[in-house]
Order: sequence, then C-alpha cells, then structure tokens
Amino acid sequence: MLTSSSLAIGYPRRLIASNLDLELRPAELVCLIGPNGAGKSTLLRTLAGMLPPLGGIVRLDGENLHAMPSLELAKRLAIVLTGGVEAGSLSARLLVSLGRHPHTDWLGRLTVQDEAAIERAMRLTDTLAFAHRPIHELSDGERQRVMIARALAQILPSPAVGEGLGVRDNILLLDEPTAFLDLPRRVELLQLLKRLSRETNCAILLTTHDLDLALRIADQLWLLSSQGEFHCGIPEELALNGVIARVFRSEGVEFDRASGAFKIHQPVCGPISLHGDRDGVATAWTWRALERIGYEVHNNGIRRPVHVDVLDSGHWRLTTLHGHSEHPTLASLLAALTTPLPVEEVQGRG
Amino acid sequence: MPTPFPKLGLRPWLFLLLLFLLVLAFTLSLMLGSVNIPPQQVAQILLGGAPAKASWADILFKFRLPKAVTAVLVGAALSTAGLQMQTLFRNPLADPFILGVSSGASLGVALVILGIGAASTLTFTAGLSVFGDLTLAIAASLGAGLVLGAVLVVARRVQNTLTLLVVGLMFGYLASAVVTLLIYFSQPERVQLFSLWSSGSFGGVTWSQMRVFAPAAILGLLLGFAMMKPLNALLLGDDYARSLGLNVRRARFWIILSASLLAGASTAFCGPIWFIGVAVPHVARSLLRTADHRTLLPASMLMGASFALVADVIAQAPGSQHVLPLNVVMSLFGVPIILWIILRQRQLRFS
Repeated sequence: MLTSSSLAIGYPRRLIASNLDLELRPAELVCLIGPNGAGKSTLLRTLAGMLPPLGGIVRLDGENLHAMPSLELAKRLAIVLTGGVEAGSLSARLLVSLGRHPHTDWLGRLTVQDEAAIERAMRLTDTLAFAHRPIHELSDGERQRVMIARALAQILPSPAVGEGLGVRDNILLLDEPTAFLDLPRRVELLQLLKRLSRETNCAILLTTHDLDLALRIADQLWLLSSQGEFHCGIPEELALNGVIARVFRSEGVEFDRASGAFKIHQPVCGPISLHGDRDGVATAWTWRALERIGYEVHNNGIRRPVHVDVLDSGHWRLTTLHGHSEHPTLASLLAALTTPLPVEEVQGRG
Repeated sequence: MPTPFPKLGLRPWLFLLLLFLLVLAFTLSLMLGSVNIPPQQVAQILLGGAPAKASWADILFKFRLPKAVTAVLVGAALSTAGLQMQTLFRNPLADPFILGVSSGASLGVALVILGIGAASTLTFTAGLSVFGDLTLAIAASLGAGLVLGAVLVVARRVQNTLTLLVVGLMFGYLASAVVTLLIYFSQPERVQLFSLWSSGSFGGVTWSQMRVFAPAAILGLLLGFAMMKPLNALLLGDDYARSLGLNVRRARFWIILSASLLAGASTAFCGPIWFIGVAVPHVARSLLRTADHRTLLPASMLMGASFALVADVIAQAPGSQHVLPLNVVMSLFGVPIILWIILRQRQLRFS
C-alpha cells in the first residue's frame, strides 16, 4: 500500500501543493484529475520516486519510498509516462520484455519465469496478437496497451518469489494514458485498467482530463486544484457534496451536480420553461438543445412567457405571447426560437 | 489457432553465419595484397610449415597478420562504439567520435607532427623516424584521453544527455580549431604526413604496438558487453530507464568510457576511421530487424570486423603496388551498399 503523510510536492523554487495525506490501496483504480498546471504530473512523479518530495514522506508498505534501493522500488512500482515513445523498430514483445530489467541478471537474460511474466502481461492487456510487430506500426491505442503491458511485466513477481499470480499490492502509475485516444479507445483503456486492478490486485493511479469518464469508472477520485487544494473520495460523493463543482468553479467552469457534466453554455436569451413527456429522454435532449442555443431552462412547473411542451406524439409545441406553433422536429423548434422576433420578445420581458 | 509467442534472444545460426563470414574475410586478407599467397600456403605457414617462397612467411607474420588482427579489432571497436553512441544519444547520426575523442587524438598527433616537429631543425625524413613506432600512438592517446576526461567530468555533473552531446561537440570544435591553426603555419611536407595519418590505415600497428592496442580494444569490447543491458533500458529514454531502476548517470559514464576507449584506441593506432561506426549499426539493425542490444552488439562487432577486413583488402588493390587510403575505400565502396540496405527500410532509426 502506498501512503503519504504531509507530503509537499513541487520544485526547489516552486511549491505546488503541500499537506497531502494520500492512500493508494490494492485493487483500486484511482483517477487524479485537475486543471492543467495544477501539478498532477508532479504528484505522480513524486509518488513514483522520480522527484524528491519538498516535505513529508511517501511510504510503500511502511518503507520510505524515496530511500528504497531503485531496483527494489522498480520491482514494486511501474510507470507509464505521458506522450509517445520514440523507439522505432522495437517490437512490442521486446518493449514489454524491457520491463523485466530489474529482475534479470547482468546480461539481461530472460528466465522461464521472466518469459511467463511477459506473456501474462501481454495476455492481460490483449497485446499478444501483435507481439512481433514493430511498435511504430501500431495504432495509438494498441501502443498504449503495449506500454501498459511493459509496466505490468515490470511489477509482476517471478512465481518463485511472489505468491501465486497476483501482483502483491504493487503500484501502477499512468500519466495521462488516454490523451491522443478517441472516445471508444479511452473507454476501452480505462475498462482495461479497471479489470487489471481487479485481476492483478495492484493499485492503479492515473491522471486524466476526462472528468466524465473518471466519474464513471474510478473507485476513488483525487482532485487537485490549481491553488494546490487536494480532495479525495469516491466520485459520486465528491459530485454530490459539491467539491467537484467548487474546484472547477475556481477554474471558471460550472459543474452541474444534477447531470454530472460541465455546463458550457452561458444563457443569453433569458428563461424558457419546459414541460416533458413521460419517459424523459426527449425532454433531456430538448433541454440540452435549448441550453445550447442560449436559453436558461426551467421545468419547475412555473410557465414562462416562452414555453415548450414535449408532446406524447413526439412533436414539440412552442407557446409564446404570439400564440402556439407545433413542430415535428427539434430542428424546426430551434429554428422558430432563433428567428429574431421571439428572441426580442423574450429579452424584452425577461 | 493462437499466435505463437515469439521468443527473444540470440539466434545461434545467425552468429555462426556472421562468424563464418568473418573467418572468410580474415583468410582473404591474409591471402591478398601486393603479393598473393595461395590459401594452402597460408595455412601451412600459420601451422609452422616451410613456405614455397621464403619471403611469404615474413610478409604474413610481419605485415598481414598484425594488419588483419588490427582490422578485426578496429572494425569491432568502432561498430560497438557507434551503436553505443546512437542509442545513448537517441540519434541515428551519432558516431564513435561524437564526443570529440577523434578530434582530441588529431590534436595530439598534430601537435607532434606539426608542432614539435616543425619547431625542431630535423629534416623531414629524420622527423619520420623520430615520430616512429609508439610516438604518434602515444600522442593520439593523450589527446583522446584529454577530451575523454573532460567529457567524463561533465557527464558526472550533467543530468541531461543532450547537454553532454553539445559539450562534446564543443570540445571537438576546439580541438579541430587548434589543428587547423597548426596546419596553417606548417610546412607542406609535414601537413602531408599529417594528412597521411588522417586518411587511416590498419597497416601501421606492429606486434609491439599490438601489446598496447589489443588489450585496450578488448577491454573496451568487454565493457561494451557489460553495458548491453543498460543500453536496452535506455531505448525508451532516460526517464523510463530510471523507472526501471537503472542508475542512468552511472550507466552513461561506463558507456561513454567504453565507447571512448574503443574509439580512442582505434584512432590512436590507425588514424580516424569514419565510416564503420555510423554505418555498421544501421546495417545490423536493418538486417536483423531488432533493437535488442543483446543481439545487435555482438552482431555489429562481427559485421564491423568483416567489413574492416574487406575494406582493407580492397584498399591494398590486390596484385598492384598501390595502396588506397582506407577512408576513401570505405566511403566509395561502402556508401552504395549501405545506402541500399538502409533505404529498403525507408526510415532511419536509432533503435
């Protein structure tokens, strides 16, 4: 288990955050989120032992991580750094085998146990199919999986030493593993990491900008604000008690607790009331459409001068001071709302 | 049908093939030259038998054998050093001399030939004998050692590998500037002597010099073997190497020491030989299709040794009395072959 007490991180002349009491538990997937420049990578690198702490201590199973022999630490903790690797014609297989570096003899010879660990790491990350291909031929998503396999191979114990097949609460750190990936690949990668944490029992900490995905998949969320404020907890709790909203409000972004998403539209057209259909799906999308074109949407039962009904027939009825109109599609509803007259009307009265 | 899990490691048949090529090239270099000796005679002389012509034994023992051994050592040394520098600096154009070792050696030799020699009142031919045997080698070693020492001091302090590269380049420029200055103020005969040294030759190493050169080169090669694993770790960059538990600064120190010993010894005894160090590692990568130094390093050594032997045979222009400058031969014959091998791959890589 990785813990820290009153940890201060940063660089000699720049303190980034202090008083961090962290705990990274086995078989847990933790997402570290925060705005650019908040020090996510610095925290990750400090926990990895690559940067010295400015104060406090990081412990791995009670031992001071920064005082551990580097080879011992390398067997317990592996990292996947941000950005690609420039390693040309390395085959995926060779790249993963580099992870065994701390386990092999001075010539780097792979034992049967090493081979087994490499194969297992590649099977767990589903990279065996392109083991012999050079990594510059792989897609971004495939390459990222190979990098994860490499890190995993590094911390998988040799069966002779470790007990069974589990990674005895070893640590896997990843710096923005989902950057450069498209949405399906991002989801896939996070699901893979979640599965790895369960199957190998290792603790996984990753930094990401993807709050949406982090909220849905992380066991724990770590939040670092640009003021050096730190919060942790299960994602839903942090959303519910308003911590996420507070941290991101100081960054100028509004987090909507009800929907669990960021509000990105400033209302400029005034209020509009919305009355929904039975199952609510059409209402939700109508809501988003109205927000997108700049309305402040209410559905607390009070009718506003401009009002939309989502009808059971699948049509929309728009009511303004000028009368009713019925629209078969959302597009035609929006078209009616964005013609100059009703907008002026709304602004005049709103 | 699951994909078979590919195993890594040395491929014995491949090394047997490279070894066979090396033995072939070695035999050729003993046979061919201004006088061609038939292979049975070569074997007979080496086994202590009496040759058909008395002069052949002398030619073989005094000239061709030391020259062939030198070529093997230099070829292996420069290929190894080139591979080490290309990986260390993550740069496909890096060569054994990138840290200025050869400029340092040139400076040492230039100081002896152009500096001290020019200041003395000796005639040109008398000057040659003064510079004979070990003098040039010692001068070159001192020059190379000086630059190497300076680079190693910097290497221990500097965290960033690229900084080291720039520092090495600067040392090299400095040494080259002094050499150019010396040339500018020297007599043409001495400049020619210096240019003879700079065109490179395996022929100048006598058995007595071999006692210094061979141990230095072999020590460098052994160090190279010990550094194969750190080189592999460095393939992904310094940060990953560190996260694998490698002490990057220490590994870098030993790799530079090994490469500079190899490049320095080669340059001291044979002059600067440019081509092998850049080209052979690329050929090895290209033909073996791997970046694993546990395969690449021994393969580069064997290929470099064979290449040096063949280049030397061509330089002797067998059957004629002329000897071509080694660096010229390597470039003229080597460049087209190596371009062809590398261009098949489309993209030059350091790994």
